[in-house]
Amino acid sequence: MNLHEFQAKELFESYDLPVSKRGLIRQLSDVDSAIASIDFSNGCVAKVQAHTGGRGKVGGVKLCKNKEEIENFVSSWLGKKIITNQTDEAGLPVNIVSIDELTDIDSELYMSLIVDRADKCVSMIVSKAGGMNIEEVAETNPEKILKLKFKHNDQVSEQDINELSSKLDFNTNQTEQFKKIVKNTHKLFVEKDLSLLEINPLVITSSGDLHCLDAKINVDENALYRQDEISAQRDPSQEDQREYEAKQHDLSYVSLDGNIGCMVNGAGLAMGTMDTIKLYDGEPANFLDVGGTATKERVGEAFKLILSDKNVKGILVNIFGGIVRCDLIAEGIIGAINDIDVNVPIVVRLQGNMSDEGKILLNNSGLNVIGEDSLMKASQKIVELVK
Amino acid sequence: MSILIDNKTKAIFQGFTGSQATMHAEQCIAYGTNIVGGVTPGKGGQQHLDLPVFNNVKEAIDETSANTSVIFVPARFSKAAITEAAENGIDLIICITEGVPVLDMIEVIDVLNNNPGSRLIGPNCPGVITPGEAKLGIMPASIHKKGSVGIVSRSGTLTYEAVNQTSEVGLGQSTCVGIGGDPINGTSFIDCLRMFQEDSQTESIVMVGEIGGTAEEEAAEYIKDNVTKPVVSYIAGVTAPKGKRMGHAGAIISGGKGTAQDKFKALESAGVSVVTDLNLIGSKLVELLK
Repeated sequence: MNLHEFQAKELFESYDLPVSKRGLIRQLSDVDSAIASIDFSNGCVAKVQAHTGGRGKVGGVKLCKNKEEIENFVSSWLGKKIITNQTDEAGLPVNIVSIDELTDIDSELYMSLIVDRADKCVSMIVSKAGGMNIEEVAETNPEKILKLKFKHNDQVSEQDINELSSKLDFNTNQTEQFKKIVKNTHKLFVEKDLSLLEINPLVITSSGDLHCLDAKINVDENALYRQDEISAQRDPSQEDQREYEAKQHDLSYVSLDGNIGCMVNGAGLAMGTMDTIKLYDGEPANFLDVGGTATKERVGEAFKLILSDKNVKGILVNIFGGIVRCDLIAEGIIGAINDIDVNVPIVVRLQGNMSDEGKILLNNSGLNVIGEDSLMKASQKIVELVK
Repeated sequence: MSILIDNKTKAIFQGFTGSQATMHAEQCIAYGTNIVGGVTPGKGGQQHLDLPVFNNVKEAIDETSANTSVIFVPARFSKAAITEAAENGIDLIICITEGVPVLDMIEVIDVLNNNPGSRLIGPNCPGVITPGEAKLGIMPASIHKKGSVGIVSRSGTLTYEAVNQTSEVGLGQSTCVGIGGDPINGTSFIDCLRMFQEDSQTESIVMVGEIGGTAEEEAAEYIKDNVTKPVVSYIAGVTAPKGKRMGHAGAIISGGKGTAQDKFKALESAGVSVVTDLNLIGSKLVELLK
């Protein structure tokens, strides 16, 4: 789950991390009170609040010198969509603009905390090459990326931080500030079950202080049950509506650009099914994992979800019945189709437990459903049918 | 021979009396696996599936000398369950549960490092089966066949796909291990590759990977220097878009790292036969073994 920048900054504040004061604008009439809540003597930075990076490149971040400039910015964005290189073509709705106090910047660094899969710990990544595309730096100048591993529940050693600070050319004062930032970001990361905390850029101000100019936070979905405060900050408007809907039914769905809807049990097989469709010159419309217990209700919800995408011209169902019985799944499919009026061809591949019985049920149902037993044949069939 | 489990394995279930655990325990017992009891706190002294229930792992080990545990407790209790098993000396811990918070797993890794005698498989995995000897997990027994292919996979249903194909071409399996799809897990591809290489029953290996992370690349490095048996590999997620999380599995491509193409390249340069078509795993093996 993602947070907005302003939510992340509020969390930063509660962990005593240096961020700019800001005011929030949800409607034009909020501009006055937002200005009053910050030091506006030199102007401010207006920022669109949406779950995406790359906002600056499309005019979503703007230096504003007076109230009129803020109002123009707010009118041009509120209620609109922001499309960046990190969103899809539809973009994300803009419902909030924040105005942040100005910071005089001397230099920009990059800092993040991540779950480090390879080393099985939380790691911090820091680089003097902040502000720009960090992936590019990692590729072209890997020596500029410094890494520090946290032993869980243990702070990194004084010596490690001192070494890192000297590599980053920090003075004594900055080193002390950096120690606090490292300590508090790690505390925040662990206490709030984050999977990513990113400060890009972490800046050195003209007065020589470290300051978090941006804040990005991702939270581990699996831990939301123990993070009520964070869960309450979820903004469904920033999530794909179908993906959000899917979550409510415990289905795992990701929309894609093609025209063949997929319904599969298991995430790996779902990806494998998408790959197979593509291999036979089709285009998958979605990733959908119905999970291990593909009941009639779940299958029905899954069909509704797939069909809410108007690009879908056919559906491939691929179920490897482990413990679940394929004949029961077939009944579920038939029931769902009868209930919700499906007008596109459906190819069903059933394999495993009671699959022959399942195929007979499907083929005798009188519905526009074709049963196959190999994924290869099923994929070829659906690709042919949507052409 | 086989790896990890065989007919001498003595296993308990943690979270024994829950509905999922009960259903799967019944199937494991029906397969002939030596299940010796289970743990459900507060239900010690009762009988379940004609087997003794204990309040904790220590009592279960004392009474039954179990050496393996299969964990079916809810995600929020998994860290405690794995820790309890490891600290009481269980050799092999198989955690089926999905949705374990990733920071819990980091703590679990510390526990395992302090208890080097315990190996964890999973979490979020289908378990382990040695066909004809023991089944500890949720995989469908009927598709398996005793044989010579060692299978290791990050994904549940994709494992079944590979198993089914190796059974259909008549090779069968030595042992199949689902290591789980989470970002941080107990046993890696490399651990399983090492065991399969050393196992006399295993003549060839199937490795099923997914996009995301660098586990397949690391496995490729290992294979290059250490594995002489033929390896066929399939990687799911060629068509997955960047930055999207594909389901509960740990499959996510971030920052251009861990793409299927990266993995194909690494594996091919290590001499692995990579199939891009999931349907050709079985036939590729047959071709290699000719």
